[in-house]
Amino acid sequence: MDYLYFPGCTLYTKAKNLDQTARDCSRLLGFELKELPNWTCCGATFPLATDNIMALLPPSRILARARQEGTILTTLCAICFNVIKRTNRLIQNDGEKREKVNNFIELNYEGDLKILHYLEILKQEIGYSQVKERIRRPLTGLKAAAYYGCMLLRPFDEMGFDDKERPTLFEEFLESMGAVAVDFPYKIECCGSFQSVGSPEVATECSYKILGSAVKNRAEVVVTTCPLCTFNIDHKQAEIKQSHLDFNPIPVLYFTQLLGIAMGLDYQSLGFEQNYVDPLPLFKKKGLI
Amino acid sequence: MKIELNRNRVHNEFTKKVELISGQNLFACYQCGNCTAGCPVAFAMEVGPHEVIRYTLLGLEEEALTVNTFWLCASCLQCTSRCPKGIDIARVMDALRMVVLRKKDRKDYIQISEFPDGFLERVPQIAFISGFRKFLS
Repeated sequence: MDYLYFPGCTLYTKAKNLDQTARDCSRLLGFELKELPNWTCCGATFPLATDNIMALLPPSRILARARQEGTILTTLCAICFNVIKRTNRLIQNDGEKREKVNNFIELNYEGDLKILHYLEILKQEIGYSQVKERIRRPLTGLKAAAYYGCMLLRPFDEMGFDDKERPTLFEEFLESMGAVAVDFPYKIECCGSFQSVGSPEVATECSYKILGSAVKNRAEVVVTTCPLCTFNIDHKQAEIKQSHLDFNPIPVLYFTQLLGIAMGLDYQSLGFEQNYVDPLPLFKKKGLI
Repeated sequence: MKIELNRNRVHNEFTKKVELISGQNLFACYQCGNCTAGCPVAFAMEVGPHEVIRYTLLGLEEEALTVNTFWLCASCLQCTSRCPKGIDIARVMDALRMVVLRKKDRKDYIQISEFPDGFLERVPQIAFISGFRKFLS
């Protein structure tokens, strides 16, 4: 089966490694990610001001076009997932906004798409047991910390992804690959998000706390689903090191990169050159490459 | 900071504007401080989110709009998910940003021309797009 796929802006540039590895893993698992034609940026924020209709238009247009192609839409980026899923729900439930938005985009969309994150596809549609069967290189003994961040989970009643304070869906995924899932208290804390543009030092501090908490709980690698989280907790490690001398760099990977390793893909095709902290020494130490 | 309270200012035009944009009823807040306790960026805020909500309810426009609290909010919705009174606090913070950004003098929180060298090449566009929507008029 094929799934309609919305990549989002960053997956074509700074997060090519997330996009490419997800496509490669899908093929091995027996499905294709069918990219939406003519997609645009989703806006990267769900408008919290209730009168901001303009910000609803890009995600609505994406949804309306996707509906012409199929019934399930999947994304990889946690922010795209959040924006698209919340907009979909709003169009579904708010008749007045639906009419306004449809008049603007000159398309008719009723909010009847099902929005699933790639992790949800793996769990609900494919099944973690199937994922487990395709593992060629089990990640035995690798202590991996699943970092959810905020956008996959909140607002809880709209996203319906997993438990709001103690989610386990991501850890189950890591365990299906044979890894040891590390539980740590900062797994649902914010990385500072777009504050990396407004107040970079604040985002750096948030990232330090998250990584510090993961390391304290003996994680060897932190796994993410979001290009912005990854920028904050991976690419800002140089800044963290400057402000915290006790800090030791730790590899941060996209969940699909780790899946690629576990499914036996050539590590040179997994885009590790885009990761700031090189994970290859760790993989060598663990006998995974 | 000395703050003068005046009953004629409580729930004034400013408060109503914030309530209208955010869609939230600020009278629901009973100042438990759960939002501030769970906020990941509270360490850098001049006053906590619950205090800004109180300023706003009391009609203290200047006090509410001159602190850095709502600019530092990352819209992570931790406060929203933990508020025992069901207030969507992140929406209130966004409404305060909007009140400032929609004024005629357009006081943007960030200036693109002041980004350090190499910043535009290094930071992913996802951060710029969401950041610009939150910080620019």
